[in-house]
Amino acid sequence: MDVNIDKYLRQDKMPHIWCPGCGHGTVLGSFVRAFDQSGLDQEKTVVISGIGCSGRASGYLNFDTLHVTHGRALTFATGVKMANPELNVIVMTGDGDGAAIGGNHLIHSSRRNIDITVVLFNNNIYGMTGGQFSPMTPTGDTATTSPYGNIDQNFDLCELAKSSGATFVGRGASYQPRKMIKLIKEGLLHKGFAFIETLTQCPVNYGKRNMIGGARDMLKWQDEHLVPDKKYEKMDPEEREGLISTGVLYQVSKEEYTDKYQQVINNVMAGESNE
Amino acid sequence: MARKGKVKIARPDWCKVCGICIEVCPVEVLELGNTRIQVAHLENCIGCENCELSCPDFVLKVVEDDE
Repeated sequence: MDVNIDKYLRQDKMPHIWCPGCGHGTVLGSFVRAFDQSGLDQEKTVVISGIGCSGRASGYLNFDTLHVTHGRALTFATGVKMANPELNVIVMTGDGDGAAIGGNHLIHSSRRNIDITVVLFNNNIYGMTGGQFSPMTPTGDTATTSPYGNIDQNFDLCELAKSSGATFVGRGASYQPRKMIKLIKEGLLHKGFAFIETLTQCPVNYGKRNMIGGARDMLKWQDEHLVPDKKYEKMDPEEREGLISTGVLYQVSKEEYTDKYQQVINNVMAGESNE
Repeated sequence: MARKGKVKIARPDWCKVCGICIEVCPVEVLELGNTRIQVAHLENCIGCENCELSCPDFVLKVVEDDE
């Protein structure tokens, strides 16, 4: 790929503190490569993250960054984008940060179709705090707070974002970094709310506890369960059981929020000058 | 996609010996050492960059032969 990733990473903060085998580093690497390919201006880009393992991502990235309160990455991002719509605003969030405490902000940012790119690190667990189940822990799986199996249903976040009004929805995985780079690049270049769920492995708090194994076994698990969306679409419902579709799942073009807001400003200002 | 290059351990100190690179390598170039990954069979390397793109710790890089 011949990308010099050094200019996108804060060298004094590296190496990162994610656990051995954690997929978050692969997603971070895919993001910087995607950003390089997108041709966007590093100086006009803001990366915002919340709390959790995923929240550390902004600290490692050599952009203007904000590391904010738990679940509120999208609210800060909305503020940044509204204040200066010229900026490229990117949110790095996790399944706990983005789908649990920040789930409300996710659906409302989707609803507004504001031009923000969200990269959600889904490792199916609260990894940093010791392995409590999250809204993305599949039913029946074991966590420290569900020792007899999780009785909750997990979200399908891509469906949630789509039905809430996001205009670009995709799913990538740490086992497929090439596809993930392409997906994130398309998300970055999309005008409107782009939601990208990335499946990453948490060998320490999810894989070993659920008998999947370590990082290498978890990647094998991904290999066995991931299906490209075009193939998934043609499958019967019985065949889809247990499989996860990847790629661009949904993309439409709709009017973007800050454009509409500017239109309101223009209309009001024009009205005032007529008086 | 570069096909000429060979894998190089660009940042050995960052390696956490997770073994992901071994999992994604199609030709068994790499081997686990005690504290970091080792290139065991460089002659097998086809420069596919799977390890470079998958490594979560940015340890590996595929470089041109003369670098």
